Amino acid sequence: MTTTAGREPHVTLLNISKRFGGVQALDDVTVRIAAGSVHALVGENGAGKSTLSKICAGVLAPDAGSVLIDGVPVTLRSPRDALLHGIASIAQELALVPHLSVEQNVFLGSEPVVGAFLRPRALRKAFNTLAAEAGFDLDPAALVGGLRTADQQKVEILRALSRGASTIIMDEPTAALSGPDTERLHAVITDLARTGHTVVLISHFLSEVLQLADTVTILRDGKHVRTASAQAETNASLIEGMLGRTLDSVFPDKPPAPGPDAPTVFAASGVTAPGVNDVSIDVRVGEIVGLAGLVGAGRTELARALTGAVATSSGDVRLHGKKVAIRSPRHALRRGVVMIPESRKEQGLVLQRAIVENITLANLDTYSRSGLVARRREQTAVRRVLERVQVKAPALSAPIAGLSGGNQQKALFARALLCSPSVLLADEPTRGVDVGSRRAIYDLIVEQARAGVGVIVISSDVEEVLGLAHRVLVIRGGRVAAELTGDQMTEENVLHAAFAEVNNDPSQEPGGATDD
Amino acid sequence: MQPMTEQRSRVRKVVAQPTPATAGAPAQWPPRLSWLSGGAPLVARWRRAGILFPLVLLFVVLSVSSGPFFTKNNLLNILDQQSATLIMAAAGTLVLVGGGIDLSVGANYALSGVVAAQVLQHNSIGLGVAAGVGVGLLVGLANGVITTFFRINSLIATLAMSFIASGIASRVTNGNLLVLTGKPDFAKIARTDFLTVRTSIWIMVVCVLLLGLVLSRTTTGRYLYAAGGNAEAARLAGVRVKGVRIVAFAASGAAAGIAGIIDASRVLSAQASSGNQLAFTVLAGIVVGGTSILGGDGAIWRTAAGVLFIALVGNGYDLLGVNPLYEQITLGVILLLAVGVDAWSRTQRT
Repeated sequence: MTTTAGREPHVTLLNISKRFGGVQALDDVTVRIAAGSVHALVGENGAGKSTLSKICAGVLAPDAGSVLIDGVPVTLRSPRDALLHGIASIAQELALVPHLSVEQNVFLGSEPVVGAFLRPRALRKAFNTLAAEAGFDLDPAALVGGLRTADQQKVEILRALSRGASTIIMDEPTAALSGPDTERLHAVITDLARTGHTVVLISHFLSEVLQLADTVTILRDGKHVRTASAQAETNASLIEGMLGRTLDSVFPDKPPAPGPDAPTVFAASGVTAPGVNDVSIDVRVGEIVGLAGLVGAGRTELARALTGAVATSSGDVRLHGKKVAIRSPRHALRRGVVMIPESRKEQGLVLQRAIVENITLANLDTYSRSGLVARRREQTAVRRVLERVQVKAPALSAPIAGLSGGNQQKALFARALLCSPSVLLADEPTRGVDVGSRRAIYDLIVEQARAGVGVIVISSDVEEVLGLAHRVLVIRGGRVAAELTGDQMTEENVLHAAFAEVNNDPSQEPGGATDD
Repeated sequence: MQPMTEQRSRVRKVVAQPTPATAGAPAQWPPRLSWLSGGAPLVARWRRAGILFPLVLLFVVLSVSSGPFFTKNNLLNILDQQSATLIMAAAGTLVLVGGGIDLSVGANYALSGVVAAQVLQHNSIGLGVAAGVGVGLLVGLANGVITTFFRINSLIATLAMSFIASGIASRVTNGNLLVLTGKPDFAKIARTDFLTVRTSIWIMVVCVLLLGLVLSRTTTGRYLYAAGGNAEAARLAGVRVKGVRIVAFAASGAAAGIAGIIDASRVLSAQASSGNQLAFTVLAGIVVGGTSILGGDGAIWRTAAGVLFIALVGNGYDLLGVNPLYEQITLGVILLLAVGVDAWSRTQRT
C-alpha cells in the first residue's frame, strides 16, 4: 500500500465549498484521489461525505472550487457528464431490472445490435471480456432478481465499467449485506483496485475502511480534518478524528441482570411461522436478550412472528404469565409488545409526512377525542419525547425524510416509547446510524431495560449483541442454535453457532459448550 | 431546484444547531393555515399552494377581459354547476391520499340519480334520497372491500365497478330519460335559495368542509396519509390500513350518491348515461389541484381550487366566445402540466 504522495492524483477535488441555504455542507475541502487506489471518506452523518461524493459524481454542482481529472479542470453538470470523464457512482439503492439477465442489465441501453436486432452472442462475448477484466465471476444468463445483493452490486459495477468508468464511487455498499456477502464485496473492491480502477469508498464500518482503503479522508462538519494513509490510522484515531473527541466507550454499562426470581414478562413457546421453526424464547423484566445469527437465519422473521406482523402457524405467547393471542401488529401494540422494524425507510417511517405525524402514528388515539386529533397535546408529547431521545428536531411539521439516519432511528424509538412498551423488540437498531447516535441508541435500550421493560435486540453486529445483551440466542435456519449466557458470550461462540453448517445436532454445538 | 434546496437546508440547519429546537415558532406563520395543507412546513406549503397562483391569475384576467364574468350571478352559477363535481372530487381526494383511485364515481353518480328518481316516483322524496345515497354508499363500500380484502388493484376494480354500475343504471331506466317534472318538490333540494345562495352550493360547502375536516384533523385522515405514504410502515405501527381505505372508498361512493341527487334535483330528470365523462373530470380536478396520484400527499382545499380552476377555464371560453373545441385541448395540457409539476417536485425531494 502506497501513500497518496507517491502517486499522481487521478481525481482532485480542489477547494470545494457547498452551501445548502444556511448550512455550510462543505467548506474549502481539498481531496486528492490517487489512480488505482481505494480512497475512503469517513465522517459522521452530515459531515459532508455524501455531498462531496455527489459533487464528484456530477449530481451536485459545487458553489466554489473545482474538480480536476488528471490535472485538467472539468465541469460535471450531470452524472452523465461524470461518466464521460470516467466517474461512476453505485447508489445505495440499486437500479437494476430484476427480470432481465445479468448481461442484459450490464449492457442495458448499449446492447450490441445490427439495425434493430440484438446480437446475443456479441453480448455474451462483450460480457465475458468485461467480467474477466474486472476479475468477477458471474453467470451472465442468471436473472438479476434472483441474485444476492452483493452480486447485484457486481452487476451495477460491471455496468459502470462497460461505460468506461475508471473511478467508482461506492456509498455504504455493505450497509445492507450479510457477513459472507460483505466479504464478497470486499474482494470485489480489492479486484477493482488491482485492475487499475480507482474506488472512492464511503462507509460507516471503520474496520472495513481500515482493511480495504489505501488512503482515508476524514470529514467533520463539512471541513477536511485530515487525509492519511490507512496504515497510519486505527479505529480509535478515526473515531477521534470524526467526532473531534474520543469516544469513551462504545457501549453503556449493562443494567444489572435480573435475578432468577425476576418475573418473566414475555414467553413464547413453539412458535412456527414462515422462516421460523419451533422457537421458544422468554424475556424477564429488565432483561436484554440478544438475537444473533446470519442475515436470513430467521431472526427478523421471528421478531415479525412475535409481533403479529406475519401469521404464525403454531405456538403460544404469554405476557406477564397470561396467554394472549397476537394476531396483528395492532394487537401487539395494544398489549405493549412494540417492535422497531429492521428497515426504517420501508417498514418504519412515512418519509414524506411530518415528524410529529410519524411519531404519534402508533398511539394517535391517545391524543384524540372522538376521532379529532388534539394537536396541541400531540405536539407537546412529541416535543417531550424527542427531548428524551435527544433529537434536535427542526419544525415538527417538516417531513421526517429531512432528518439524518440516526435521528430517524431515534424518532422510531420515540414512537415506541410513546406506546409505553412492556416488551420492546429492536431489529437492527443501529443500521446506517453514525457513531455518535449509535451510543445514544444503546443508552435508550439500556434505559428501557432499567425501567423494567423486557428487551429483545436483533443485530448482525456481534459486538453489538454482546455489548448490550444479558443473554444471547443464536438463530440458525429458523431455530435457536445456541443459548449463551455469562462467560459463554463470546464472539467466537456466537459465530460458531451461527455458521456451524455441518453439525445439525444442537446438543453437540460448540455454542452450548463451556469454553469461553 | 431552488425551492427544494432551501427547504432541505432549512431542515439540516436546525438539526445541526446544538440548542434545543425552538419548535413551534415556524408554525406561527403563515397564520394557522396548516389545517388546510395537512401540516406541511413553510416552503413546502408555498409550493403546494401552487394551484392558487394560476387560479387567482385566471380569475383576475377573466374579471378584466369579460364584463359578465365578475358578477354575482355568473360566479354563483359556476359554483352551482360545479357543486356535484366538487363533492365527488373532495371525497375522491381521500381515496387518492390513501393510495387508491376511484374511477367508478361517474357511473355511481348516474346510478344513484336514477335509483333516487325511480324510487321517489312512487314513494316519498325522503325515501328516494335515502335510496340514492344508500346505493352510492354501497357501491363505494364494495369498491373498498374489493380493493382491500380481495387485493384487486383499485384502478381495475373501480373501472369494473363503473361498468357494473352503468349496466344496472341502464337496466333501471331501460335506457330512457326519467323525467321528474311531476315531483316539483324534489327540485327544492338543490334549487332553494338560502341567504341568496342556492342550496346546491350550501350542500357542497358543507360536504367539502366536512371532508376537509376529516382529512386534516381526524385520526382517520392521519391514517389515510400514512396508508398512502407507506402502507407497510402504517400497518406495523398498528394502523388499520384496510379499514381507513374502505372508509375513503365509502365516502367517495356516498359523495357520488349525494352528487347524483343534487344534479337530478337541479334538472328534474335522471338518466343512466349522465356520468359518462364525470370520473375523469373529477380526477382531473383532484390532480390539477396538486394531490399526488401516488398517495400520501394532498389536501381537500387544493382539490377545490383545482376543480374551480378547470371550471373557470370553461367559463372563460363561454364568455369570451372562443371555439369550445380548444377548451378540451387546454384542459388536457393543464392536466399534463399538473402531473408534470408533481413528478418534478418529487424528484426534487430526494
